[in-house]
Amino acid sequence: MKFTKEHEWLRVEGDLVVVGITEHAATALGDVVFVELPEIETQVAEGDEVSVIESVKAASDILAPVDGEIVAVNEKLTDNPSLVNEDPLGAGWFFKMKLDDLSVLDQFMDEDEYNELIA
Amino acid sequence: MAEELLYLGLNDLHVALGGKMVPFAGYSMPVQYPAGVMKEHLHTRAAAGLFDVSHMGQVILRPKGAYADTARAFEALMPVDVLGVKPGRQRYGLFTNAEGGILDDLMFANRGDHIFVVVNAACKHADIAHMTAHLSGVCEVIPVTDRALLALQGPQAETALARLVPEVAAMKFMDVGVFGDIWVSRSGYTGEDGFEISLPMTQAEGFARKLLDMPEVLPIGLGARDSLRLEAGLCLYGHDIDTTTSPVEAGLTWAIQKARRTGGEREGGFPGAARILRELAEGPARCRVGLRPEGRAPMREHTALFAGDTALGEITSGGFGPSVEAPIAMGYVPAAHAEIGTKLEGEVRGKRMPVTVAAMPFQPTTYKR
Repeated sequence: MKFTKEHEWLRVEGDLVVVGITEHAATALGDVVFVELPEIETQVAEGDEVSVIESVKAASDILAPVDGEIVAVNEKLTDNPSLVNEDPLGAGWFFKMKLDDLSVLDQFMDEDEYNELIA
Repeated sequence: MAEELLYLGLNDLHVALGGKMVPFAGYSMPVQYPAGVMKEHLHTRAAAGLFDVSHMGQVILRPKGAYADTARAFEALMPVDVLGVKPGRQRYGLFTNAEGGILDDLMFANRGDHIFVVVNAACKHADIAHMTAHLSGVCEVIPVTDRALLALQGPQAETALARLVPEVAAMKFMDVGVFGDIWVSRSGYTGEDGFEISLPMTQAEGFARKLLDMPEVLPIGLGARDSLRLEAGLCLYGHDIDTTTSPVEAGLTWAIQKARRTGGEREGGFPGAARILRELAEGPARCRVGLRPEGRAPMREHTALFAGDTALGEITSGGFGPSVEAPIAMGYVPAAHAEIGTKLEGEVRGKRMPVTVAAMPFQPTTYKR
């Protein structure tokens, strides 16, 4: 699993990348009450605001970590946004992307480096 | 340069409880504890929540002569019947300005030989100056700075507090009582039955710990305090009401008793009376309304409101109501769009989303009348 400075995690699943937010981010946001998911089959560029999380406290954007195509979204978050708090690294995933070249993930932090960032 | 942050007398307790401290109205305040906003909110509605609101201003108006002279002078600052408040009773009040806007909202109590006032933290210095300027002829304006103010709110607040102060069980909504060093009112800011408790700072931590040791009681931060008051349809000064909103626009006409209205025994005679009495008679141009966004996405403060292409106003408080289990908001719209059930739109992240004018409170209140 890889981690971004924006507190997103990326997990390779076959030729796709699954994207979610870290436990640290979920805790900082507080109880999530609404998630706006991106549309599937859209091309996105790194840094695009593709998703929105609303917690009891505030709204936050989820940015596309890399260039690619959104190919799947976690529809369960629409009815049960609290999955983001309950299982941020698992059932609380946001979307899956198809990349041209998975090697772009090498630029991101591994778990130890990320833990150092948030320490 | 920013002013130095002030610390509550119970700061060490908040930190020990795991409170996440944030600056609010010049004070370092707990926005939430480890349970989190959602659980704290729901716990308050199900059992009892303890809030530290010691940042608020506590003030005593001590008459130099007759109580009625002080009550009459205080009444001249508000569109409120002060003389009619009986000993042992509290009432909601509003300081108005000459334009009919609201300088602050407050609670005041007739405590027999004096008046006890509780005002908002952010306004307290201005309020004390305002009262000193206008009331010094008839009373001493005494800021109370050596006392904490706690709120215990929720259906089990009475059970919990009565273990320490048995007399509170007999109190009704908006009653006040002085029990030794402890001053209690049966009121609050959550829509729940509950109490506000003023006590010497030296006793506050021990008292708070005794309450927190009870199975019914959890500490509650500012985050849940905001969602609780929003569900109860209660205004937050500086957001839902301010110097540009009149009490009539704000829907606070229930706070303007008959005695101060046109034809009443002591009609007018408060700052902004011309506008406020006219709006009472003719209706205000705009109104504070409750709003229910469709779906689950909250509409937050400053969300612009529209009817078709016409900009109407904006949301002044908005978020997710944990007990209502839906987004809720309040804001100002022209009177023609204020009827309950009116369909409007709010602009969220560049998109117009449907929102409906709704009755408040969003959550039924449970005051013990």
